[in-house]
Amino acid sequence: MTVQNNIPAKWKYHNVLAWATFVTTAVAVYLVFMWVPNERIQGPVSKIIYFHVSSAWLAFFSFFVVMVGSIAYLKTRNLKWDIISYVSAEIGVLFTTIVLVTGPIWGRASWNAWWTWDSRLTTTLILWFIYIAYLIIRSSFPEEEKKARFSAIFGIVGFVDVPIVWMSIRWWRTIHPTIVTSGGFAMDPSMVLTLMVSLAAFTLMYFYLLQKGIFVEKISSEVALLKQRLTEN
Amino acid sequence: MDMLKGIRAIVRKDLTAELRTKELLSSMAIFAVLTIIVFVFAFDPTKAIVRQVFPGMVWVCFIFAGILGLNRSFVSEKQNDCITGLMLCPVDRSVIYFSKMTVNLIYMGIVEIVSLPLFTVLFNYQIPVKAISPLVLIIFLGTLGFAAVGTFLAALSSNARSSEILLPVILFPVMVPVILGAVQATAAILAGSPAVEWFSWLKILTAFDAIFLVVPLVLFEYILEV
Repeated sequence: MTVQNNIPAKWKYHNVLAWATFVTTAVAVYLVFMWVPNERIQGPVSKIIYFHVSSAWLAFFSFFVVMVGSIAYLKTRNLKWDIISYVSAEIGVLFTTIVLVTGPIWGRASWNAWWTWDSRLTTTLILWFIYIAYLIIRSSFPEEEKKARFSAIFGIVGFVDVPIVWMSIRWWRTIHPTIVTSGGFAMDPSMVLTLMVSLAAFTLMYFYLLQKGIFVEKISSEVALLKQRLTEN
Repeated sequence: MDMLKGIRAIVRKDLTAELRTKELLSSMAIFAVLTIIVFVFAFDPTKAIVRQVFPGMVWVCFIFAGILGLNRSFVSEKQNDCITGLMLCPVDRSVIYFSKMTVNLIYMGIVEIVSLPLFTVLFNYQIPVKAISPLVLIIFLGTLGFAAVGTFLAALSSNARSSEILLPVILFPVMVPVILGAVQATAAILAGSPAVEWFSWLKILTAFDAIFLVVPLVLFEYILEV
């Protein structure tokens, strides 16, 4: 018995994107560890900022993509958008986790505390919980259509909620005495350049991971289809 | 006009069903009282520190009791497929949402009316007379925000098999502004602070309520799809 299968092809520009990501990341790593001078007061630990800020940017960007994909799914009912939102949310949670791990390492060195309930830290933490909830919603609905629809609804609600969370937490912290003031990190042009390169590297990495994730999702749905056909026969 | 009529009809249906069994309201009230008892044992009421955490305890009690009500509000419609009947009603889908939200608001209001006096008695906490009216306003706005976003997400989670577990996990992160705003405003009011100090929290709560009463208006029809 032969089962006809159509294995999804790799994306056309997969190799171009992969090499571009590899080269920019390598350049970013070189710039961060070999080229850029240390921050005068904080020393080598300040180098974490290049990856910390890039991850934070990436996390916010991917959650924005989740919202766009969610709206597009509800409008068009095309599962393609659902896959994009799902993969993007996974990447977002991953990079939020990186932010939450690198942040305290840096904070320990420069503030002498692993964690403070500063507005940015707290908002990032809540953001992490919101998108963990998004992933939990996805895993609680086995049916393809329900999973896509409910997670899209939550993807929109979660993103709408973020600005209110940010505002309320900022007010909460300004009423209490603040130990840490934000800003005050004067940047040398060489540091700005390094930051820009690592931002570019992370953004390329996002798109690389995104198309990889979409590919994996396509293959796994193909496998599910084949399994179903086999059991039917 | 039709919308109000529809809301009134569904609210009356829910309240009638509840009055016949009394299973939800009684367990919510008992649960709220039990929470107070747990707090009494956990934080010694004779200590001064209790006065500082009092607003937080009050809201934790309201929210935990409220979750019980939210969990039931759509799951109960799943029995005998009542939800299909509800969806066949000649009203807009948002009417179903607003009715359910109103019912949850009523249940939580009743629980709050029962538990707040008990809190003051058991913790020997005197609420100043002039604090009562702003306190009622803040409790109303906080409960409204909680019911607004809670009812919406309860409708979403009621479709899952383990909806009782899913709801708190997805609800708590989204309602952080409500908890924060309500607790901070309640604390400021009970401490007798001038209105300027809690006015910004009032604004946050109002904004949250407005946003999460409008969002379901657009998105609720996607939840109740056949």
